Amino acid sequence: MARHVVMRAAELPAGESRVVTVRGREIAVFNLAGEFFALINRCPHEGAPLGLGLRIGLSESNKPGCYSHSRPGELVRCPWHGWEFDIRTGQSWCEPSRLKARAYAATRETGGALVKGLYVAESVKVAVEEEYVVVEV
Amino acid sequence: MTVDVDPRVALAAETKFRLVDCDIHPIVRSTADLRPYLPKAWHDYFDQFGNFLVSPYTEAHPYPKPTPALSRLDSWPPNGGPPGSDLAFMREQHLDPHDIEIGVLQVLWPTAARQRNLGYAAALCSAINDWQAEEWLAKEPRLRGSIMVSLEDPESAAAEIARCARRGGYAQLMLMPRNMEPLGRKKYWPIFAAAQEHDLTLGCHTGGLNGYPVTGGAGHCSYYAEEKDAGGYPMEAMLTSMVFEGVFQSFPKLRLVAIEATMGWLPPLYWRLDELWQRFRAELPAVTRPPSEILREHIWVTTQPADEPEDPRHLRDLFDWIGWDRICFASDYPHWDSDDPRYALPVQMSLAEKRGIFRDNAMRVYRLG
Repeated sequence: MARHVVMRAAELPAGESRVVTVRGREIAVFNLAGEFFALINRCPHEGAPLGLGLRIGLSESNKPGCYSHSRPGELVRCPWHGWEFDIRTGQSWCEPSRLKARAYAATRETGGALVKGLYVAESVKVAVEEEYVVVEV
Repeated sequence: MTVDVDPRVALAAETKFRLVDCDIHPIVRSTADLRPYLPKAWHDYFDQFGNFLVSPYTEAHPYPKPTPALSRLDSWPPNGGPPGSDLAFMREQHLDPHDIEIGVLQVLWPTAARQRNLGYAAALCSAINDWQAEEWLAKEPRLRGSIMVSLEDPESAAAEIARCARRGGYAQLMLMPRNMEPLGRKKYWPIFAAAQEHDLTLGCHTGGLNGYPVTGGAGHCSYYAEEKDAGGYPMEAMLTSMVFEGVFQSFPKLRLVAIEATMGWLPPLYWRLDELWQRFRAELPAVTRPPSEILREHIWVTTQPADEPEDPRHLRDLFDWIGWDRICFASDYPHWDSDDPRYALPVQMSLAEKRGIFRDNAMRVYRLG
């Protein structure tokens, strides 16, 4: 795991996403109202580019005819078969035990923190330091 | 001395093969692209009236599709036009990276086969057939076309089949399972006679707006998810009609590929039709041998949308029941539910089995070799 500066934070407005290539791997970086998250740009179902997916909210229903909608923009819907993934965790909806998109840490950090080396494995962390977005791959 | 040869070992040296894709959807940038291919006599009709189908939907689908143009969000050509309208982008996104040796084009729009005006239907079918030849087949040797015909006008359909067969470049005669009558009915037989005469495979792609509910008698459903699931049952009903009406016995050289209609329903259809045939042979004098034998001899299926059993190993059971030589890969590019050949069938297969599904079975049924 190493940390990679991938862009200035200001380049990715809230609600948008961008695909970056880090160590040969495509990573989709998402700005969720100022928080940054990253998923590998590859749907675990058939490999479609998740970074192109629609940003959607969570639609739930406890009975026919009753719907609730929450967490607008916090899920990404695969551009092919429509699998939905939680941008924060990579967790899929409908079949969370079967499918999970690999998530990476993505944070916003100051320049000073960049030299420290932190974050856990299994996720691409994104940091923003002096407005840089950093992912950990 | 004879030695049993494990096919996996026998073919181990041959690790690479190119793919045959039985379902690629090209589309016009707009219907105006077809105007130059229409006889002048139909230009005014094209301009003033355009599409009129049996169903009330002429420019829209009866159910909301899950994505714009029914397509993968990454399939919109960078130079404009709808997904499937740009050959260069199709090469770049699909034919080249998947190393497609041959791709069979399935034209869905505009719906030429079911126009109410039969004269216009025949002219529009010819225009689409010529458009394929000029805009796709002449420019890309990996592609093969589909002959479109006006199904409710079998006489003109047979003439168009003969014209296109002379021209060459087409892999199949394109049918759909949902027509004005079940496809085994005798009024459609001139079409089958022409297909057999020209050794053309019948490619029956799911769909066909015929004005009846997609559910096949259960009424109009509410959701696209229901429409999407209704690919299999019209195909079952159509095949049942073709078998019980005696189509395959009258035209014994016909080969039919059921495209994009799933396949899990096929083995139980073998079983059920055999049982019905035994009970009702007096009603079905045209059928002189078990329906399952007829189906196994004349029917192929394509993989997409892949059945995804909870335990992927059950796909092997399904393939065993259908026959490994009867299953052909299809991507459905560029539609939203298209399959990536690397991941679509998550099951252990020998190289020989893979080679059959991803190449050789289609080469044989479409006579592409």
